[in-house]
Order: sequence, then structure tokens, then C-alpha cells
Amino acid sequence: MDNRNKILYAGLFIVGLIAPAVVYPIFLMKALCFALFASAFNLLLGFTGLLSFGHAMFLGTAGYITGHTVKVMGFPTELGILAGVLASTVLGYLVGSLAIRRQGIYFAMITLAFSQMLYFIYLQAPFTGGEDGLQGIPRQTFLGIVNLEDDTAMYYFTYGVVVLGFWLIYRTIHSPFGQVLKAIRENEPRALSLGYDVDKYKLLAFVISCALSGLAGSTKALVFKFETLTDVHWAMSGEVVLMTLLGGLGTILGPTVGAFIVITLQNQLSHLEGWVTVITGVIFVICVLAFRRGVVGEIAALLKKA
Amino acid sequence: MTEIFGIPLQAFLSQLLLGLVNGSFYAMLSLGLAVIFGLLNVVNFAHGTFYMLGAFGAWLTLQYLGLNYWFALVISPLAVGIVGIIIEKTMLRWLYKLDHLYGLLLTFGLALILEGMFRQQFGVSGQQYQVPDALRGATNLGFMILPNYRAWVVVASLVVCFSTWYVIERTKLGAYLRAGTENAALTQAFGVNVPRMVTLTYAFGVALAAFAGVLASPIIQINPLMGSNIIIVVFAVVVIGGMGSILGSILTGLGLGVIEGLTKVFYPEASSTVVFVIMAIVLLVRPAGLFGKEK
Repeated sequence: MDNRNKILYAGLFIVGLIAPAVVYPIFLMKALCFALFASAFNLLLGFTGLLSFGHAMFLGTAGYITGHTVKVMGFPTELGILAGVLASTVLGYLVGSLAIRRQGIYFAMITLAFSQMLYFIYLQAPFTGGEDGLQGIPRQTFLGIVNLEDDTAMYYFTYGVVVLGFWLIYRTIHSPFGQVLKAIRENEPRALSLGYDVDKYKLLAFVISCALSGLAGSTKALVFKFETLTDVHWAMSGEVVLMTLLGGLGTILGPTVGAFIVITLQNQLSHLEGWVTVITGVIFVICVLAFRRGVVGEIAALLKKA
Repeated sequence: MTEIFGIPLQAFLSQLLLGLVNGSFYAMLSLGLAVIFGLLNVVNFAHGTFYMLGAFGAWLTLQYLGLNYWFALVISPLAVGIVGIIIEKTMLRWLYKLDHLYGLLLTFGLALILEGMFRQQFGVSGQQYQVPDALRGATNLGFMILPNYRAWVVVASLVVCFSTWYVIERTKLGAYLRAGTENAALTQAFGVNVPRMVTLTYAFGVALAAFAGVLASPIIQINPLMGSNIIIVVFAVVVIGGMGSILGSILTGLGLGVIEGLTKVFYPEASSTVVFVIMAIVLLVRPAGLFGKEK
């Protein structure tokens, strides 16, 4: 990490610490959860070259499991989150082992199909509350000390979780393992011929991404105190693709920037109701046709030129 | 009354027919996806949306132009085909040299735009469309009552699917198309206008989806969400069959429709997930798909 980056990350960390004094904490928590979700997704698409079009299933599964264990089974908050993350990790392993059996664009179709299957299962399963969703999930306390029902306390808890998640992603990308992932993205047959067990690496990247998406989902369920089918719907899977694409594919900060832009837009435009879908679609089309590097990618390219 | 596994024969056969009807839609949609993917290397996420547009096209031509079903069967696919030409010429064209995923993402964006616009205009409650007079009623076959319209849907889509197969596999035009799929640059060097062929292929693929939409319009609720609901199942169908084979797409589509229909009889709770379960099994047993080749 060079000095310029160190200063940037330190500055962002401090911004995150003082932000709730200026901005509505619930909004910040929502954006942070999506930032983690999108960054986890980017680990897969941006750094491994795998497009999962069903990532919502990991967000939603963790949310439902955390909600259920905390609300119905009386788990303490930490254990509830752990259970949620574990659930998406296991799900990620199952879906991943099947999906990596096909190459390229099939991977996107398979993950999308599995997420739709889970959507139907959650629609019918008794513990999810079907169309009504899971309401009234208590936040409880952190380690029995900090009362998370307070929004400021919950914010710093969320912030801690998300920063931890980011650190894990950063470490993964910059590890030898991350280098192999990049090699697979750039040229899979070559990585294979160099002796790397490509499928094993892909699967591990997929599972890590799912676990972190689950962490985002569990935390999000506690922030809002509810979990609904929206989180497992294919539109959510599309949203996380949009955040990543808009912010900058394969950049470290891109997905976070994308998440904040998309969440802000959704908040500002919520009075337009159905038109939000149309606007989302338009942004998609523009990004794909003319803005493939995304916000952070464009800025990085400008800095390089300068 | 005759029974099969404890289910009255009549109920069994009518579900079988219903499955066959759904299977015809899967077949037409996955066929279009396969043809487009073959030549353009684009997984057309908007395919379901064009199916929806086709159904709305039928409803709109009746509401505003007063034209009946038979006109709609021609006009709606033509209009959607023209939309397809515009999309291919103005947008998709710029993505062929890039990774496949951009084609998917672009068409996903287009699907959101079109679906959102129709939802704003028509709501989600769904419109009704009458079965055309000539196909109303039912025929008593002795062992079952056969609704004429459903029979027509199955026959019409089979004819369309197999004509497509014939054109692609057995004619000169199809030979150009297959050559273009195999090696576009070389085909162009032999004097075939590949860019035009690509445009027309996309137009044909989406027109086929619209045709399926018109066929579906009298037996479903026409609503803006119908496209995205069906396209994900069709993706699973395509994964199961593999996109390499035209005949494979048709057979897989029909077969899965029937299996889904039968699941509705024996275990209704699983009818919405059975296709995905089959997909998982196929991925375990034959990762390349039933008719696919390992690349």
C-alpha cells in the first residue's frame, strides 16, 4: 500500500466515524451494508471474473436465518449473525460447486436460476412469513453490554462489521490467493496449464464472497429489524451488479461508491415509484455502453494520466 | 373412472396438456435464446420482456386498432422484430468485441426499462384477452375433453419450432447462419453480409418470443411482470439442454413443461421449483447439459 492510498483509507475511516453526526444513521447503515454486499460481489466479478446473477440469495438467506434465530430461537445477536453467515457460506458452497461446473455466461444463468428457486422456497416456507416477511427482529445487545436498540450504537456496530469485512476483502485481493484469482480472470486456460486447480480457487472465492454477502445480509436484517422477500428477489441481484458496475468493476472502493450513489438515488427518487426501475435500467444501459470503468475506474484513469 | 396413480385420468391428461402448452412456450423462448446466443454471443435477458411485449401487442392491437387475433399473430411479432433491429443496430452492435457479460447486462437494463414503463402504464393487475372465435370450445376425444385453443398452441408452436430447425439445418440460408456462428470473419470473407445477418437473427429471435407472447395472451393474465417470471425458468431450461443444439432446445423445453405439469398433479408445492431441481441434477450428472458439447 503506497502512502497516497494509506492517507485515503485513513481519511475514509475517519469520515465513517464522524458521519452519523451529520447524516441520518439508518441511511448510513443501509448504504454501508450494501457497500459490503457489493464489495463481496466485486471480489467475484471484478477480481475473479465470475458473474453471479443470484447474489441476493446469500444476502437474503443470512438475513432470514439471523432474524429467525434471534427472534424465535432467542439467540444472542453475535450468534445470530454467525448463524446467518454460516448459512450463506454453506449455501454458497452448494450453489458454487454446481455452478462452476459450467463456464462463462452459463455461470450467471445457473446462479440466477438457483436464486429464483430459493425465492420460491422462501415464499412458501413457514419461518419466513411469506409475503409479509419476518417482522420485529430485536437487535438486542452486543456481547451483553452495548444496547443496539440505540441507533448510534447500532451504527458503530455496523461500521465495525463492515470495516472488518472490507479488511478481509482487501487481504484476500492482495494475498497470493488473490493473485491466482486475477490470473484466472485474465486467462483461465493459462492458469490451469500453470498447474493451478482453477475450480478449487473459483469455488473458494465464491464461498468467501457468499460468506461476506451473508454478513452484510445479517447486519442489514438487524438494522431494519425486518427481512422480506425483496432481499432474495432477482431485482436485488441486479441491483448489486449495478452498484459494482457504476462504482467501478475490479476497483477496491468502486462498489462502495456505487452503493452510496444507488442508495442515495433510491432515497431521492422514491416519490417517482415505478419510474425508479426505468431509471435503474437507463443507468445500466449507459454504464454498459459508455461508462464501463465506472466512477472510481474513471478517476483512477484520470489520475494515471495526470 | 380410470385412474393413474390415484389421480383421475381426466385431471391427469389435462395437466399433461397444460404442461405441454407451457413447454411450447419454453421451447420457443429457449430456441430464440439459442439462435441469438449462437450468432451474437449475447444472452438476451430481455427475451422474456419481448414475450411480454408480444402479448401486450395482441391486447393493444385489439383495444386501439380493433384488429383480431389473427392480425395480432402477424403484427405483434413484426413490431417487436423492428424494436429488435433498432436495439441491435444502436446498442448491442458495440458490445460484440467485449466480454459476454456486457451483453447480458445491457439486455438486463433494457428489460428493466421496458418492464418498468409497462408497469407504470398498465399496472400489475393483468389484462384479459379473449380466445378467438374459431378456436373456442373443446373437442371430446372420448378419453378426455381437449380445449381447442390449447391444442392450437401446441400445434402452432411445434410447426414454428420445427420450421426454424429446418431452415437452420437444411437450407442455404441456414448454412450461412451456421457458418457465421462457427467463424464470422471467414464467412464475411466469402461475401456473406454477416452484420446484416446478425441484425436479422436478433430480430427473428425476439419476434419468435413475441409470437409466443401472442399465443399465450388468451390463456394467461397479460401483465408486465410475465416476462421476467418466465425468463428465469427458460434460463434453467437452457442450462439443462445446452444452447448448442436447436433440436435439443425444442425437446428440452417441451419435456420440462410436461414434467412441470405432472409435478402440479403429484406434488403441487414443488411445481415452481422442479425445473431448478432438475437443473441441479443435470449439472451433477452431465455438466455440459443434455445436448451440449464440452467446450
